[in-house]
Amino acid sequence: MTDDLLTLDGLTKAYPGVVANRDVSFGIAPGEVHALLGENGAGKSTLVKMIFGLVTPDKGRMTLSGKPHAPNSPEAARAAGVGMVFQHFSLFDALDVAENVSLGMSDPPPRATLAPRIAEVSRAYGLPLEPNRTVGDLSAGERQRVEIVRALLGKPRLLIMDEPTSVLTPQEVELLFGTLRQLRSEGVAILYISHKLEEIRALCDRATILRDGEVVATCRPSQETAGRLAELMVGRKLDAPARAGRALDSLALMVRDLSLPPAHAFGTPLTNVSLRLHEGEVLGIGGVAGNGQDELLAALSGEILAPEATLFLGGRDISRLGPDARRRAGVLTGPEERLGHAAAPDMSLTENALLSVSYDPAMVKRGLIDWSATRAFAESVIARFDVRTPGPDTAARALSGGNLQKYVMGREIVQNPMVLVVNQPTWGVDAAAAAVIRQALLDLAAQGAGVIVISQDLDELMEVSDRFAGLTNGRLSSFRSTSDLSVEEIGLMLGGAHDMAPADPGLPSRKKGATA
Amino acid sequence: MTLLEKRPQPSRAWAWATPLLAVALTLVAGGLMFAALGTDPIAAIRTIFYDPLFNPLFAGYSRPQLLVKAAPLILIATGLALGFRAGIWNIGAEGQYIIGALCGAGAGLALYPLDLRLIFPLMVVAGAAGGWAWAMIPAILRTRFNTNEILTSLLLVYVAENLLASMAVGALRNPDGGGFPGSRNLSQWGSSRNVELIPDTGLHWGVVAAMIAVILAYVLLQRHLMGHHIRLAGQAPRAARFAGVNPSRLIVFCLGLSGALAGLAGIFEATGPAGQITINFNVGYGFTAIIVAFLGRLHPVGIVLAGLLMALTYIGGELASFTLGIPAAAIQAFQGMLLFFLLAVDVLTNYRIRTWKGASA
Repeated sequence: MTDDLLTLDGLTKAYPGVVANRDVSFGIAPGEVHALLGENGAGKSTLVKMIFGLVTPDKGRMTLSGKPHAPNSPEAARAAGVGMVFQHFSLFDALDVAENVSLGMSDPPPRATLAPRIAEVSRAYGLPLEPNRTVGDLSAGERQRVEIVRALLGKPRLLIMDEPTSVLTPQEVELLFGTLRQLRSEGVAILYISHKLEEIRALCDRATILRDGEVVATCRPSQETAGRLAELMVGRKLDAPARAGRALDSLALMVRDLSLPPAHAFGTPLTNVSLRLHEGEVLGIGGVAGNGQDELLAALSGEILAPEATLFLGGRDISRLGPDARRRAGVLTGPEERLGHAAAPDMSLTENALLSVSYDPAMVKRGLIDWSATRAFAESVIARFDVRTPGPDTAARALSGGNLQKYVMGREIVQNPMVLVVNQPTWGVDAAAAAVIRQALLDLAAQGAGVIVISQDLDELMEVSDRFAGLTNGRLSSFRSTSDLSVEEIGLMLGGAHDMAPADPGLPSRKKGATA
Repeated sequence: MTLLEKRPQPSRAWAWATPLLAVALTLVAGGLMFAALGTDPIAAIRTIFYDPLFNPLFAGYSRPQLLVKAAPLILIATGLALGFRAGIWNIGAEGQYIIGALCGAGAGLALYPLDLRLIFPLMVVAGAAGGWAWAMIPAILRTRFNTNEILTSLLLVYVAENLLASMAVGALRNPDGGGFPGSRNLSQWGSSRNVELIPDTGLHWGVVAAMIAVILAYVLLQRHLMGHHIRLAGQAPRAARFAGVNPSRLIVFCLGLSGALAGLAGIFEATGPAGQITINFNVGYGFTAIIVAFLGRLHPVGIVLAGLLMALTYIGGELASFTLGIPAAAIQAFQGMLLFFLLAVDVLTNYRIRTWKGASA
């Protein structure tokens, strides 16, 4: 493969106690969309960090267009023609698009020349973006475009994209794929990391599959089934989550006409949100992040107190109860943000267990913490959800994203709540772990709990929920049974139009503040 | 090129090593400063650290002073450290110390010259209450109006100092003092005297209170849910909200507790080592305690060691300016260096230094 743009030859990187990459070799050709597949912890991140100059390999070498490629910083990688769009955006809400773009460049041109270039690149690649808009007002899809445009301004020959579609609506995904196909036709190589196997089958020319840090297979995704790809990643057969049929009669949680002001400057107010969650039912709430998802979760968790007589648990008004009292009553929640919200980064897993179990007299008696009981609880979560970690004394931030997600979701699920509300339960989690989490949510419902899943991943919502509604601009549409809905219809429900008017996929998603 | 790389986990070894490294660096830099001032640096450092404890000429007086000076520092720093861990910055312990002393002394002197064993405990309670109340001002301003407690607590120190001056020449002035400013001598009135419990050790009730405070703070941080919430709020405020921590309650708790402990330090000082309320009753314990808190890594046990070390530099510093003529300002600079180097090397706990060998294939 001498005509490859980038070749990796025997790359090895070890961290204390774990080999992240072992003898990884493959090539990426110009004009190719190359998928990098693997479970969480398979070594994908370490590999792209080596290509992008964030990590230096212990062994092995890389060649970029025939020249040795050994960047020691992202600047050096960018200078060599490698661009990267990260899964988590590094943007400042209070600054505008052009300012954010210039902050990410090693040698930014003056604004007078940068703004027209942003407009030009965004037009040329079908990425509608206004340089003067404040980033805090942008949707997730628009924010991603800022990151992509920033990478494209460096004229990369290789573009690395880490989980680019996890935050996008179906229409935005189509738009992104158009851009990527255009880049491909111009000879740009794209290294594409995603857990969404259908997308990879539709978009990617080749795929390299990593398991436990080693390359286990290379294939043409279009010639494989999604199930086969998942098996290659996991190394065994996967079962789709099973749903048990159940009768819905008694009401678990009722939200009645809940309105809340936004929690912060770039937040979204909730307007007249109502829902009825039955025992044994899974409600799916879809919509692009930033449309009131965080606020709804905070109102249900008790982090923000709701106005009186808006939340009822089995007939009891819980609107004015704080998080601990809600937990005691049987309502548990799993926030979207793992690090900093669901878990404190520098605390151990044991200490983090206490965040949501401190109401339990088995762990905390009259204010005194029983650390050995808490540690045993943490160990039980680690064991049941197969969290890969040296042990419960490890700091949360030392875990990979997917493993920490399994831990924080598991922490709530094993408590067998009456009502569980989760936001983005499988964000950035690999197929196998996502299946475990979804199955656990379904099992919980099968035992009679009411579950609310807030997510941007429509496939996930279709898979787990009985009824579905869209949350747009802080308003919740009416719920419809998922069995009568197609993904296309749902996509339209999320366009912000509750009257189901067709949305124009070519337009950026609607701004907040525009009334529906 | 040298870079700092974030450690995946904070290094436990460095957490313990940085204070020692900071002390070592302070000795070097301080030695250079003393040399530049024309003093033999070895003699200066020996006078500060060795003579107060082991030189038979001074140790008899200096050794008990170690506990006398360390007790208020430890008592105040223990309270401050709890707040600092939660991200609540009480910079005004000096003011709470003064008000504690004034309230305690006032409560006692109101009953002068009664001979009652209850008077001293009453003064101690009043002292703690005074410090608590003074700290409640920034607490309420913060929770009600979102005012920055760093500024309000600091500015209240100057209010307290003026109040002290007015009390020393006004309401609390000794009626039998011939018009001199200053209160009656509290350490000579049996009912209010903060006795030295074991002769010639400096061990007075304030030392006992400091030991109790350290033990309780340790238990609070290690075993109590409140301690967990304090650490959580300091490290990840959103996670603290998720865990059910009420930020306002935490602010009131931390400011109140640190204020009460500072007030206690004040009344123990006024009834013991200082003996009376005078215009310049406060000598900066409230500010030095901030250094002690950080030098002790905001950990109760660390604070005990840091408090003793700081007290030693006070006593040794006095000795050095007395025997070697080193200016008092140089001693303060020396103490300041300790905090400076501690904060500078602290970065090694969370980061490691990595050296790049340049871009090579």
